[in-house]
Amino acid sequence: MAAGFKTVEPLEYYRRFLKENCRPDGRELGEFRTTTVNIGSISTADGSALVKLGNTTVICGVKAEFAAPSTDAPDKGYVVPNVDLPPLCSSRFRSGPPGEEAQVASQFIADVIENSQIIQKEDLCISPGKLVWVLYCDLICLDYDGNILDACTFALLAALKNVQLPEVTINEETALAEVNLKKKSYLNIRTHPVATSFAVFDDTLLIVDPTGEEEHLATGTLTIVMDEEGKLCCLHKPGGSGLTGAKLQDCMSRAVTRHKEVKKLMDEVIKSMKPK
Amino acid sequence: MEEETHTDAKIRAENGTGSSPRGPGCSLRHFACEQNLLSRPDGSASFLQGVAEKSRERLIRNTCEAVVLGTLHPRTSITVVLQVVSDAGSLLACCLNAACMALVDAGVPMRALFCGVACALDSDGTLVLDPTSKQEKEARAVLTFALDSVERKLLMSSTKGLYSDTELQQCLAAAQAASQHVFRFYRESLQRRYSKS
Repeated sequence: MAAGFKTVEPLEYYRRFLKENCRPDGRELGEFRTTTVNIGSISTADGSALVKLGNTTVICGVKAEFAAPSTDAPDKGYVVPNVDLPPLCSSRFRSGPPGEEAQVASQFIADVIENSQIIQKEDLCISPGKLVWVLYCDLICLDYDGNILDACTFALLAALKNVQLPEVTINEETALAEVNLKKKSYLNIRTHPVATSFAVFDDTLLIVDPTGEEEHLATGTLTIVMDEEGKLCCLHKPGGSGLTGAKLQDCMSRAVTRHKEVKKLMDEVIKSMKPK
Repeated sequence: MEEETHTDAKIRAENGTGSSPRGPGCSLRHFACEQNLLSRPDGSASFLQGVAEKSRERLIRNTCEAVVLGTLHPRTSITVVLQVVSDAGSLLACCLNAACMALVDAGVPMRALFCGVACALDSDGTLVLDPTSKQEKEARAVLTFALDSVERKLLMSSTKGLYSDTELQQCLAAAQAASQHVFRFYRESLQRRYSKS
């Protein structure tokens, strides 16, 4: 009976739950789904992380390669993110060139990396003007159940923390790079940006961490990326119903609590991994 | 049966000389608007390269979708074509203003008007509304907001750079004050247009 009502009137079905301040999966309006993270699972990548936010699963692999720096920034390396939403994660995506959602997500991650200065590009320089590191960050969604941006940001952060770069010296005589695979060092991660996504319902209600169905029924979405000092790297609101300043403030405070939760989780996982 | 509405509105955000005085209270540059000056749509290839354009398109599209009353025109496609004539900073805000005026010119029913306002925060925290390209490049953060005309609510926001929560509130308040000027300009320019014809 409930399943029939849900198919015929999904919005009304949803509103009944929202009236009681909860959601169909039993969560409260400000509650996140269970977050799990697995770091370093891909041995062929220089750094990797798998993040599960409820059913949404995103895996990030980072590969480091050599590149020549551009002439106007000879001492800066590159960080190139790419978000892939393959057909396997959801029936709404077709195979072929990246669709709009994947492109927007890639641009979002690139903006977060750029704005938050998570890595100082100068740290990736090996020899100014000649050789720099380029980090290719590939984020692949394995299961799409809403809130892809939060999962991608977290996966990227965890993978970058896991990246180990070997020491490279330039041989003076041959001018070739010599890689010492025995000596590896971690990247210097300067900030920890954490994304919190909200969905707006009926122009008034704000719910945190929307699932795929909730995103579909929502009238607008909002993503806030915050670092540990409370500074905002990105306030991404792509249209949708309007928000007042007061509602925005509520979102900020929720984002601050979320940042603490995520940071704690990540530190625990990294600590448990250290003895290698 | 499908009906397509093409409208082109040209808005120029003119950059006065470097010493052009900005009005007290609100520092938006002078802007002009010409409507319906193209009798035929541009047609031809809108070559949009790169992911940055796709992302901008999506922001503008989602903002329009939130205000346009789509239910009154079922099985209809509304295409908004934006052609950049010159870019002197605050491009996204200018695109939003152009899109809104074009939709009004086409007579598309909307639940509110919207306007775009950009502001830049430089390294010592000074707020500059409607920044020029040079100001944008040197700024620590550039924030672009789309506000609606009914309650000045935030419809769209796109930000670049690092800033604090208090700075965000300041920028939002300044943008809301500036949006009044933009909406007044819309009203005046529409009055002028319809009083002539």
